[in-house]
Amino acid sequence: MADAPRDKAYEAFRYIGRRRRAVEHRRFVVGQGRYAADIQPPGLLHVAIVASPHASARIVSVDASAALAMPGVHAVVTGDQLTPELEPMLPGVDAPKVERYPLANGVVRYAGEWVVAVVAETRALAEDASELVEIEYEAAPHIMDPERAMEAGAPLVHPAHGSNVIFRRVFEWGPVAKDFGAADHQLSYRVRWGRSSTVPIETFVVTCDWNDATSLLDVWASIQMPKYPELLARCLRLPGNAVRVHFDVDVGGSYGVKRGLKHSILVGYLSRMLGRPVRFLEDRLENMRGGDMQGPDRIFDVTLAFDADGTVRSMRMRAVDDIGAYSGRSPLQLGKPVGAIVGPYRIASVEYDAISVMTNKTPQEAVRGFGQAPTNYAIETGMNRVARFLSLDPIELRRRNLIGKDEFPYLIPSGTTYDSGDYQAVLDKALNAAAYPDLLRERDALRARGLLAGIGVSTCLEPSGGNSAFEPLFNPKNPTTTWMDSCLVRIDLNGAVTASMGTSTSGQAHETLVSTVVGEVLHREPDSIRVIHADSLGALPSNSPVGSRMAIMLGGAAAGAARLLRDKMIRIAAHAMQVPPDAILWDGGDAVLREDPSRGMRWGALVEIAHRKYHEMPEGMEPGLQEKFVWEVPTGGKMPTADGRVQMYPCHSFESHVVLASIDPETGKVALHRYAVGHDCGVMISPDVVHGMTYGGIAHGLGAALMERFAFSEDGQFLSGSFADYLIPSAHEVPSISIADHCTPSPLTSFGQKGSGEAGYLGGPAAIAGAVNDALAARGASIDALPMTPPAIWRALAAASTASTPAHRELAPAFEGEKC
Amino acid sequence: MSSTFPAPALATVEITVNGRAYRRAVEPRTSLVDFLRETLGLTGTHVGCEHGVCGACSVLLDGDPVRSCLIFAVQADGLSVTTVEGLAPERGKLSALQDAFCESHAMQCGYCTPGMLIACQDLLAHNPQPDEAAIRDAIGGNLCRCTGYQQIVDAVKLAAGAPAHG
Repeated sequence: MADAPRDKAYEAFRYIGRRRRAVEHRRFVVGQGRYAADIQPPGLLHVAIVASPHASARIVSVDASAALAMPGVHAVVTGDQLTPELEPMLPGVDAPKVERYPLANGVVRYAGEWVVAVVAETRALAEDASELVEIEYEAAPHIMDPERAMEAGAPLVHPAHGSNVIFRRVFEWGPVAKDFGAADHQLSYRVRWGRSSTVPIETFVVTCDWNDATSLLDVWASIQMPKYPELLARCLRLPGNAVRVHFDVDVGGSYGVKRGLKHSILVGYLSRMLGRPVRFLEDRLENMRGGDMQGPDRIFDVTLAFDADGTVRSMRMRAVDDIGAYSGRSPLQLGKPVGAIVGPYRIASVEYDAISVMTNKTPQEAVRGFGQAPTNYAIETGMNRVARFLSLDPIELRRRNLIGKDEFPYLIPSGTTYDSGDYQAVLDKALNAAAYPDLLRERDALRARGLLAGIGVSTCLEPSGGNSAFEPLFNPKNPTTTWMDSCLVRIDLNGAVTASMGTSTSGQAHETLVSTVVGEVLHREPDSIRVIHADSLGALPSNSPVGSRMAIMLGGAAAGAARLLRDKMIRIAAHAMQVPPDAILWDGGDAVLREDPSRGMRWGALVEIAHRKYHEMPEGMEPGLQEKFVWEVPTGGKMPTADGRVQMYPCHSFESHVVLASIDPETGKVALHRYAVGHDCGVMISPDVVHGMTYGGIAHGLGAALMERFAFSEDGQFLSGSFADYLIPSAHEVPSISIADHCTPSPLTSFGQKGSGEAGYLGGPAAIAGAVNDALAARGASIDALPMTPPAIWRALAAASTASTPAHRELAPAFEGEKC
Repeated sequence: MSSTFPAPALATVEITVNGRAYRRAVEPRTSLVDFLRETLGLTGTHVGCEHGVCGACSVLLDGDPVRSCLIFAVQADGLSVTTVEGLAPERGKLSALQDAFCESHAMQCGYCTPGMLIACQDLLAHNPQPDEAAIRDAIGGNLCRCTGYQQIVDAVKLAAGAPAHG
């Protein structure tokens, strides 16, 4: 348990940065959380899905008669029936022929795609009936490898689109050719980030209840998605005010992926069709196979241009991302990294070739970091390779390239300005927390015991404040530059404070965040402040907790509303005491005279005037105490330039990881012995929450680096549909972690805070991969594909040890990650 | 594949949950977790994988931790179940372990928390002063995607030395 941070930046605060129990925990530990699956309206019907067994096929016929004949079955719906009633879901980029609906239409494009929905009185009955649906398919050619998918003549996932490439743009920022020409050396490499995801323990759940009399669709969903109510209404061809999403459900983890729009469209349609409440609750196989929440799956080809002293001048990066069979937000996950494309380094020019490719796999969805973690891994691999090439310590190489603390605000070639930071200091804190000299000795001791051991270091950017500047960057027809958030704060007649937010929470402790911030501004005890999640018709606009934005955006909105309230109460006091407002000091929730703090008006008296004594209020003032604050993301509101430069996110947190790993050469299994991370996300409003996210992000990163992979066979079958096949780190794999905090306040936010929701995940995989490769180097082996599973490492070791023995080369096939 | 399913015969079970006796008719295929959540309305126990790996649905069955997704309600006939709703010493109070989970920020989304509490309760019942390795062993079969486990380990250490708290 970490103590309250001691940085001077916190001295100005009463509640911010202090240890405080999260408000949400009390209900969770007694089993009184309220998750989407806990909501059971009377008469609830249940959905089961019949999924495609083929990666690519034509649907010849569907016979649902036996299923429909079962007692208790209410409906069996196909795409032929459903699709004409709907608008398509949006593909994220300008690709109108890549159509996407909840159920397949005539063809299936991946194994697991939803073909038929069965509705019955219980979930078990619906599943029974789904087994009676007879579907005849005619198999069609499929394509699983994203690079082969780009070749001429490859089977087309969406023939109407004319290509499997759904998005490609080559950006050039700065004098790349000149910088390459002037550099002493060039080095090219390929790395692959494997297909994994954050896989929350709660699967996606949605319950919809249509009311004929009010023409209103009530929705309870385990959702974390910007503009979900509007998109759902649009696809159902309903006015926005006919969909009411209840954001007061607790969401059982998301980390980006809880975006069950297709689930919700289907269930909303079924509820309306049947006039009954309907629920779909994914089982684990449905979640991983047809839930459309797999993460980036990316091949990077990178060339770095650098000098003999280690200065990296320029970078050429090509990223091919396999988004699977349909598109939503996934192509844009190549867009966010534009805002941190040089990492924390003074790289002066960049060429970035971003290619988003469709294959016959489960579709990709937004995952923690929105594409930044793979890019950070690719950049950090390059730094390690340059260090090795120059025989420089990888830490020293980083030091020579890190942006200096006096260089902020720092404009990177792709048009984003980093707000603030002190990267050297954070790296130093990480090395100190890892006891680096001891770490070296421990590594050598492990080596002496016959293990392969290595140390990995990463220094990575964590862009935060979630803007959507990648939308106009990747789609000129989408001029979205607004990405606001908001909060309403009210003080009731009895003087109690209630704040209202407009989105659901999936573990980020927003109620704690908002009550801490409002308490800070109003000088009221945060535990006395209630925070509610308004439903989508009562809520002010929110773009939901994406892109590490809520400490900045919701925290800023809550602070803004609370400040308006405080100012109003000061004006009421000034009027009553017949002094100018600037003669009043806000002190502990009371308004006192600056000159004589013993005189003033108490909180209760001010509330009384506002609510009951209009005759004592300043003329023209609105009665009551309620203020909203809606604000645009800082630095937002700008379109990209023609050459693709844009301010992506406003704030830039930073993290440096140091890890000691060993490998058992007999099994290829990796163990992490020590793990330290230096972290700077500005002022931490709730330090325990920030630390918790960082620990959890590192665990996610460990999974992505070493364990987790959605695998497909060559014939397109999904191979990892259970937790016995898709391996998630347990308490045995995740090591004890030391976090060293640093605080460089952001100049752009209400209290100097930056975002931290993606902390740990953005730098962890790069450091762990670096440690594994440092360990493998003793055997002349290396591995450049994630996840670095025991079989993959074992094969890399075998390849290195038998490289000079041609007869044994067949023991060493390609890295595991090179399979589709 | 048969073309029809026979209507399942119902079985009557008597199960004591958190000290209260229930007698209900259930389909023999009803899992214990569905019985708790759907039949009794005790939604504190969560479903994560339905194949016995994640541990979110852990409950104590006659004092021993089990995966309630892998047990049929009929197998619990005549037995006693403790769920997360039954861990607090009385209404409005928290057990030392629940209190420590709050104090140590041992959860984020709260979804795995009921299963974690059950696993840790069982640990402390058998080993009141566990070291870190014992704690990690005890929760090694319960998956959490939020915390990286560290603050859960902290909470169990705290609970092992702390009195109950209101």
